[in-house]
Amino acid sequence: MNDPHIAKAFDRDLEGVQAQVMKMGGLVEEAIRESAKALKARDVELAERIRRSDTRIDELEDLINTQCAQVLALRQPAAGDLRTVLTVMKIAGNLERIGDYAKNLAKRTEVLSHMQPIEGASSAIKRMSKEVEKMLSDALDAYVRRDAALAEDVRHRDLEVDQMYNALFREFLTFMMEDPRNITACMHLHFIAKNIERMGDHVTSVADQVIYLATGQFPDEARPKDNKSIYRVEGVDEAEE
Amino acid sequence: MMKDNVDERIGVDAMDVKFAAKDVQVYYGDNHAIKDVSVDILDKTVTAFIGPSGCGKSTFLRSLNRMNDTIPICRVEGDITLDGQDINAPEVDPVQLRAKVGMVFQKPNPFPKSIYDNVAYGPRIHGLARNKAELDEIVEKSLRRGAIWDEVKDRLDAPGTGLSGGQQQRLCIARAVATEPEVLLMDEPCSALDPIATAQVEELIDELKQNYSVIIVTHSMQQAARVSQKTAFFHLGNLVEYGDTTDIFTNPRDSRTESYITGRIG
Repeated sequence: MNDPHIAKAFDRDLEGVQAQVMKMGGLVEEAIRESAKALKARDVELAERIRRSDTRIDELEDLINTQCAQVLALRQPAAGDLRTVLTVMKIAGNLERIGDYAKNLAKRTEVLSHMQPIEGASSAIKRMSKEVEKMLSDALDAYVRRDAALAEDVRHRDLEVDQMYNALFREFLTFMMEDPRNITACMHLHFIAKNIERMGDHVTSVADQVIYLATGQFPDEARPKDNKSIYRVEGVDEAEE
Repeated sequence: MMKDNVDERIGVDAMDVKFAAKDVQVYYGDNHAIKDVSVDILDKTVTAFIGPSGCGKSTFLRSLNRMNDTIPICRVEGDITLDGQDINAPEVDPVQLRAKVGMVFQKPNPFPKSIYDNVAYGPRIHGLARNKAELDEIVEKSLRRGAIWDEVKDRLDAPGTGLSGGQQQRLCIARAVATEPEVLLMDEPCSALDPIATAQVEELIDELKQNYSVIIVTHSMQQAARVSQKTAFFHLGNLVEYGDTTDIFTNPRDSRTESYITGRIG
């Protein structure tokens, strides 16, 4: 598959669009990292920069979609080339969503900076976002190397992110029960945790695309999930759900 | 015997097999042009043969209605059956075989006769019409199926050779379907046609598959993808891969197929 096309311009088109998606991936990784950093440091200026730089991510997604449409229209890609174009488009969509979540995190950082900090919360969120960032970095590496095994590994690691989210959910609930003055901050922090958990789902979707790209088949086996435990929180009767 | 053979081949229901080829070899003198090709061609299905020039796809196509008989140095070995009947058996009359297995060539080759007679020729020699009215009906129906009726209905007595290239090709298709063949072999039928005539021929192929088995050799991968349900990829005289067209074009199993359909130097 590494053989060049007879039409060299086709190679340039495909490489170009893949380079854009990697560039986008780099920006999104940075957004995840910096937004968690801004939250922990209560750095409003950094948060503002993250919010503004999200437009670059959105613009790249538009560019990628336009270029993919051109490749489809002008080159009629087949087989591995077709899968490359299809997966690039979907991955760009996933990355754009992750960027939005990071932007939302930055927005809430600005709000939270005016409130009493919740002990341990920003460190736990930073650990969670670090895991997601590592998963994304591995998913993009797996993309470059067409490495289905690494992508499969990324899919499985999403379980850890889910578990971290569930632990935080309980923690925030406890804080809110202890002192109603924590509610506003904890609600924001909870949304942040939930958004990072959603980032993990989008990274998993990127990993799914890598498996499709590499093997031609989507992974059929369901990945492990931990989305039930939050419904079994102390003090909440399951019958009331 | 045929049913025993087909089960081991690729995902094919024995009931639907029209042509069954087993270990077919074709030689042009010392040149071994087709090597060990075994394939089942399905009824009511369009099968595309693709592959680079000289890969043997046309040679294999021509062995399905014994057109290779006309080449003195050509030798065909192995079993080819049509509905279970060995087409190379001594009792098989190649003329009767070709009435059942029609052919359309790359270059339009109308007879130097009128448009009407081009189409009526086959039905006449095979005695398919009892009278002039029936023959008229066959000619009109065939020309309609060739998507050329409206253009020629007012000049059926004009010579077929006076038509444009695209019209001549559609006339040849009309001529091929006039004898109601069971299988239609098409060797690059659209290479001389403009996109509109190509689309008309492709529409015709899609219609024909309701009743017939159609095998098309094409250099246009997009055409193979558009019209066929099954695709066979030939390379250097070997049948490299045969399967559902959607699988071949999204996820081929063989790297040579992938290289060819994606336009790589393989």
